[in-house]
Amino acid sequence: MEEKEVKLMKGNEAIAEAAIRAGADAYYGYPITPQTEVMEYLMETDAYARTGMVVLQAESEVSAINMVYGAAATGHRVMTSSSSPGISLMSEGISYIAGAELPCLLINVSRGGPGLGTIQPSQADYFQTVKGGGHGDYKLLTLAPKSVQEMADFIALGFDLAFKYRNPVMILSDGALGQMMEKIALPEQRPRLSEYPDWATNGTPEGMERRYVTSLNLHPAQHELVNQRLQAKYRQMQAEEVRYELIQCEDAEYIIVAFGIIARIAQKSIEMARAKGHKVGLFRPISLFPFPTKEIEALANEKRVKGFLSVELNAGQMVEDVRLAVEGRKPIGFFGRLGGMVPMPEEIENALYRQFGL
Amino acid sequence: MAKIQGAIVVETDRCKGCELCMYACPQNVIAMSDEVNSITRNYAYMAHPEACTGCTNCATICPDGYISVYRVKVEE
Amino acid sequence: MDPKDIIKPENLVYRKSRLMSDNTFNFCPGCGHGLVVRTIAEVIEEMGIEHDVIGISPVGCSVFLYDFYKFDVVEAAHGRACAVATGIKRVQPDKFVFTYQGDGDLAAIGTGETMHACNRGENIVIVFINNGIYGMTGGQMAPTTLEGMKTTTCPRGRDVKTMGYPLNITPLLAQLDGVCYVTRHSVHTPANVRKLKKALRTAFENQRDKKGTSIVEVVSNCNSGWGMSPKAANEWMVENMFKKYPLGDIKVDGKLVMDMNAPR
Repeated sequence: MEEKEVKLMKGNEAIAEAAIRAGADAYYGYPITPQTEVMEYLMETDAYARTGMVVLQAESEVSAINMVYGAAATGHRVMTSSSSPGISLMSEGISYIAGAELPCLLINVSRGGPGLGTIQPSQADYFQTVKGGGHGDYKLLTLAPKSVQEMADFIALGFDLAFKYRNPVMILSDGALGQMMEKIALPEQRPRLSEYPDWATNGTPEGMERRYVTSLNLHPAQHELVNQRLQAKYRQMQAEEVRYELIQCEDAEYIIVAFGIIARIAQKSIEMARAKGHKVGLFRPISLFPFPTKEIEALANEKRVKGFLSVELNAGQMVEDVRLAVEGRKPIGFFGRLGGMVPMPEEIENALYRQFGL
Repeated sequence: MAKIQGAIVVETDRCKGCELCMYACPQNVIAMSDEVNSITRNYAYMAHPEACTGCTNCATICPDGYISVYRVKVEE
Repeated sequence: MDPKDIIKPENLVYRKSRLMSDNTFNFCPGCGHGLVVRTIAEVIEEMGIEHDVIGISPVGCSVFLYDFYKFDVVEAAHGRACAVATGIKRVQPDKFVFTYQGDGDLAAIGTGETMHACNRGENIVIVFINNGIYGMTGGQMAPTTLEGMKTTTCPRGRDVKTMGYPLNITPLLAQLDGVCYVTRHSVHTPANVRKLKKALRTAFENQRDKKGTSIVEVVSNCNSGWGMSPKAANEWMVENMFKKYPLGDIKVDGKLVMDMNAPR
């Protein structure tokens, strides 16, 4: 087998390069720190010349997400990226895309909020991403990368999942992952789509029933059925798409639960704790929706496990899902830094000792 | 001499009774019915069919497209 | 001659476009919307492009367009039609894409999307229904509501000092370099409907020839919202709406043809 192409890249650049290689048909976006390099890279490397991928700078995030909606309605592989305030603006369009059951890839290189907040990394958009954001009962299949490599790897995966479920997929990363440079193995170039799904409104060929895309339904009984279909889809995701990583959990008495960049830091913390004789493991949810509820529940049922510590770059958001999974079986603590601050491994280590009296 | 004669077909059960066709008809062919249709509207009908020239004005102005127009040349 | 001898398939000279479905319009009796919707279908049928056309129906009375056409339609969020059209057209430049927008959609909530799509010269057709009121929500003030005109949110008439002036948006859009064709029509007489049809044909041909954005405004009635009979609404429209929004070509083949400084 041929060796993969290895390159030193920023997370944002990796997103862009991986998008071209994933055979994306279009990117519509609007500049916002700390993810602007995504569009800059697509333009600089001339994605259109390389694969015919359309790249267009919209006049706003509101417009960008509706361009995504349009291209998604025609069955094309389309994506956008933004950062927290921009995602808030896109939330209307995301709700429409979910309601109309269209596939697309969304990327949030998130920053500290609320409001204009800060451009430093944060995970304060967890609730916005997995609990709603826009209006209505919808879910975004959400993947949380921990490295530049995963930023790249989740692009093609995200597109494929979006098409499998006809649902928007969100990659929830943060400013640290977007800005930091790592050596990554680049994915192979795959072709852009040449055939489109039969629901796509791209001009109905002769002899075929015409198509339409809408999220509107004025008949409540019918619209309840639509919602029930959506919920069935989300249950299927829960059954088939849970992704997570276990690090030294086999004998762990205390388990840190962390996603994304903070999981990388917590990995160092558990090494330090283990060096001092504490049996600590790391559970890293990769899919935030569907959340690995059963897997955490299973750990909570293990006799040796004495407690969990949810570590996040926010005021305690994912910890609520950890509590729902543990359901009071074991004590749960929380440690977080806010407003764009990122803790040192020692801070997490000390939080663990404090929480459990070690 | 050849004379143009027309006739219209109104979807009387769906006609919303807006009367625009009646006012658009240059020959005063169309009137509104005294009775109402299933959607409780007085519908358009040919009150004076002999005057119809098949000019299509009524069908062109019908917002809902409920009028079809037919036309023949009659030798006298 | 008896009408039943005339009413035969070989004598048919006018029928509704076969691209229209059998669903009943949600529009009120006598509403101009139906005429514009039907005329678009006639043009698409005559050009033979129904397998390559995608319509965008944003929120407003326009939102149910997909129920009425037998070709592809995408419903859009309020104001976002031009962004959705851009997204579609950019990945499928050889398809025909049109938006069908009311005054609230195009000239209020979607002004930004509309203006920037026009400024990029998106190769689409924008059909703009200007009836000076929000019909779908029951007759509220629109950006195009005339001075002194009463609506449910300006029940004592639009006071321009506090509510702003009627927004005459198409001449503004006409000044953008990406726009090739801007024209203003009405559908209150058969002759006007026929003129509109020619204009729509020109607009779709512009798109075929990749000339840039074409905008066809239709000054129309909202007899329910205005609280008038269809006939009276059309008369009121001629007397009042046409003064602020005079009919005619504004820009043709990229050249402004309406005198912007002419007294209205």
